[in-house]
Amino acid sequence: MKLELKGITKSFGSLVANDHIDLVVQPGEIHGLLGENGAGKSTLMNVLYGLYEPSSGEILIDDKAVKFSGPADAMAAGIGMVHQHFMLVPVFTVAENVALGKEATGFAGVLDLEQTRKKIRDISAKYGFDVDPDAVVEDLPVGVQQRVEIIKALVRDARILILDEPTAVLTPQETDELISIMRQLKDSGTSLVFITHKLREIKAIADTITVIRRGKMVGTALPSAATTELAALMVGRSVSLALNKADATPGEETFRVRNLTVMDDAGHRLVDDVSFGVGTGEILAIAGVQGNGQTELTEAVLGLHKHVKGSVTLDGRELVGRNVRQVLDAGVGFVPEDRQIDGLVEHFSIAENLILDLYGKAPFSRGSTLNRAAIARHAEAKVVEFDVRTPSASVPVGTLSGGNQQKVVLARELSRPLKLFIASQPTRGVDVGSIEFLHKRIIAERDKGTPVVIVSTELDEVLELADRIAVLYAGALMGIVPGKSSRSLLGLMMAGLTATEAQAQLDASATTAEGELS
Amino acid sequence: MRDPRGVEANESDQPAVSAGSLTGDGPADGGAPAGSAGEAELTGVGTSGRLPSTATGGDGDHTGKRIVREIMSGSALVSVLAVVVALVIGGLLIAVTDKRVAAASGYFFAEPGNTFAAAWTAVSEAYGALLRGATYDPGARTWLGQLGIFETLTFATPLILAGLAVTIAFRAGLFNIGAQGQIILGATFAGAVGFGLDLPPVIHLLAVIVAGAIGGAIWGGIAGVLKARTGAHEVIVTIMLNYIALSLVLYLLKNQLKAPGSTNPVSPAMKDSAVFPLLLGDNFRLHAGFLLAVVAVVAIAWLLNRSTLGFELRAIGANPSAARTAGMIVSRGYIVVMLISGALAGLAGVAQISGTEKSLDSEVAGSIGFDAITVALLGRSTPWGTFFAALLFGAFKAGGTSMAVNADVSIDIVLVVQSLIVLFIAAPPLIRAMFRLKTPSTRGAGA
Ligand SMILES: Nc1ncnc2c1ncn2[C@@H]1O[C@H](COP(=O)(O)OP(=O)(O)OP(=O)(O)O)[C@@H](O)[C@H]1O
Ligand SMILES: [Mg+2]
Repeated sequence: MKLELKGITKSFGSLVANDHIDLVVQPGEIHGLLGENGAGKSTLMNVLYGLYEPSSGEILIDDKAVKFSGPADAMAAGIGMVHQHFMLVPVFTVAENVALGKEATGFAGVLDLEQTRKKIRDISAKYGFDVDPDAVVEDLPVGVQQRVEIIKALVRDARILILDEPTAVLTPQETDELISIMRQLKDSGTSLVFITHKLREIKAIADTITVIRRGKMVGTALPSAATTELAALMVGRSVSLALNKADATPGEETFRVRNLTVMDDAGHRLVDDVSFGVGTGEILAIAGVQGNGQTELTEAVLGLHKHVKGSVTLDGRELVGRNVRQVLDAGVGFVPEDRQIDGLVEHFSIAENLILDLYGKAPFSRGSTLNRAAIARHAEAKVVEFDVRTPSASVPVGTLSGGNQQKVVLARELSRPLKLFIASQPTRGVDVGSIEFLHKRIIAERDKGTPVVIVSTELDEVLELADRIAVLYAGALMGIVPGKSSRSLLGLMMAGLTATEAQAQLDASATTAEGELS
Repeated sequence: MRDPRGVEANESDQPAVSAGSLTGDGPADGGAPAGSAGEAELTGVGTSGRLPSTATGGDGDHTGKRIVREIMSGSALVSVLAVVVALVIGGLLIAVTDKRVAAASGYFFAEPGNTFAAAWTAVSEAYGALLRGATYDPGARTWLGQLGIFETLTFATPLILAGLAVTIAFRAGLFNIGAQGQIILGATFAGAVGFGLDLPPVIHLLAVIVAGAIGGAIWGGIAGVLKARTGAHEVIVTIMLNYIALSLVLYLLKNQLKAPGSTNPVSPAMKDSAVFPLLLGDNFRLHAGFLLAVVAVVAIAWLLNRSTLGFELRAIGANPSAARTAGMIVSRGYIVVMLISGALAGLAGVAQISGTEKSLDSEVAGSIGFDAITVALLGRSTPWGTFFAALLFGAFKAGGTSMAVNADVSIDIVLVVQSLIVLFIAAPPLIRAMFRLKTPSTRGAGA
């Protein structure tokens, strides 16, 4: 099925999110879509999926003009979409979710789930999905939830599948699996539109690449183009992908974690007897596959967990047992892993979100009254400083593109004097240009003498920022290694070997390799 | 319509539109744009792909919250259209049940025009009477009858206060169904001070007001504490507390609070020093409680939009996880807001007992606690929106009688119209479908 977008324009008030965009997706092609945060990629896809009505322009399928008044029309025309934020009902089973909106009913309107189950099993078998139709969605890992979304589209006979930043939430393994699924889909004749900020992925799988900047199409590229070339095309200037940071000059260890254990309500150990310290002017990155206790570790430091044993000290003061307010007041800047759930209030304006944990402090309030002028001034300044792409600081933060939302969180947490900065996935969903900027800000914070803890499942990010790297596996610390350690060492540690075991294994394989050579 | 007055009846709601936008609520935004048209309402509900949180106390009732939030934050247009559609359907009912229309329809095919003319007359007479009764009727014999607008304000007074109670709780993410019980408790406390104590004039009234607020706050606070400490759902708890309040006041009225010598469960009359002064002399019932209500609107508007506490409450209501991560203490917020909410409902009880009822009986709250929910819904849970919605409902009450008397239309029509408003407000998708409005969209679709 050939899809063509002609002169698509979409504006929100005065903001033109898509400006005369032309795009052709050939049958059986994987079409990569690149662009900065707020460039208008998601908007374009939402137009294509019938969620937004274009202000002008037309959509052609197999050279026939079509008009969608809603996603139902788009689906009927063979277009499926997997949103970055899944649209599944968490308490429903996989089969129920897949059936939703397209319920097959039997006699007297009785829901016929058996038919849906069978279809799910067929598709699972065909693509090797390994999805149980009767599992409840909220119990499934993110990667599997995503497959449910894909199944949903396939059950509806989607012949064009839109994937909007599908890899942003995936672990590296899950990403590899997704990419092979995409290949299979392509081989079976499905066309795909693939949005990502990770140039490596798009180069690995796309057949053609379209680049959008500030709502306009600025060009197409082949996946063989150099990474720097793609980045430059996206951002409109050359981007340095390697961060040239000076070596750390760590000072006194002001942040110390001793024998920290975090348990869930049922008594399972989420973080298991972890000890480490971070010096002033040093970045410690915590690496590990998603779900190995990193999130809980940072949340425990902030005071979000009930069952915490051990000690966390900042400047000699104990933080365990204090509430979040007290921890923040002790000088901790905290970037939560999921901005939409823990970092932002979607319905609040950008300005309000920028003071979400500062509203009680001067100059944002006097006594119990908010100082709206100061809040607005602060917002104007931060929007400029962090290059948040928005028509104004008074729009709800929920209308920002994902990467720009992330910048709002970073802007808030980096705009006060800190004694410790903790950030989980600080650049999730952020474009390459902004990653460069945010990384520089984080390094600048380090160079001011703040101890910094970065949790990231991106090995690239870890290697780029870290002065030292701690690896967590199943809640336990596998060891702390220097920032310039090899990927293979980190890979082994992330799989559950301690630093010494991993090193030994590497040395052993190195000697056998040498032995073979000689 | 040639006679525009039937429409004017709901113009009192119009300012709610501009007032709403003044409060800085941002654009209307319900759920996220959903997966597909057919499943729009359902999928919008469950967009988060979050795994069960191991952090402190997750909200199990996320889904319900989302739905209620969409209802509460629906656009002003939905509110206005809901009222208009309800009035139109009410008009149809009036026409269908009118005797003259029935008579004319007997020869409908011979003279169809007559049926329509009769229907037109019936509806315009009824709504005309409603409007005049609620505002100004030059033909009435008494002052009170002529200037129905003051009756409207009188009826609106407790509705404003109780509506604010529902509104502020909702903004903190709690659905306070318990205004009814809180009004009863407020009136009981106010009554105990008002007829039980002898105090100097001004001080006595102030004491009554404070007592009423405390009574309501206790009842609201119980729900707040249970929510904060045990996670008990506030809807269930407040409904139960409504029943308990009713039984409690009946018990007290049969024992401690019973008027001496009376056989009915009615309290003694409030002392003169404990009632609100009348604002316009003896001809009108409008009392100083109305001023109290206006002050409360201004105060709550300030609290929600200009104060740090309001910021905290709104953040907790809109996203408790983010509020917790930003250092706000969610459980304390729940308790504080239920105390304030209860106190406001308690003040509605004071407006009843010190304003219009003058003594305590088990009917002191009427249906105010439940109408308050509609009023808050219609006012889209903004203070000024609630104010104007309460005026509209006050007008229904004030004009309903006049409609029944002067146009011979059952007062139940008003009830039907009110209920239809609830229906349409509670089902914004219905109104949107009727008028082909676009689904309000924040993004959420693949940010
Ligand atoms: N519903 C909306 N209302 C107002 N503005 C919107 C809305 N949706 C998107 N925008 C604006 O349109 C622009 C394009 O947003 P879009 O989400 O398409 O960007 P994107 O390319 O997907 O970015 P990202 O990579 O960060 O996800 C942004 O400036 C955004 O603020
Ligand atoms: Mg996007």
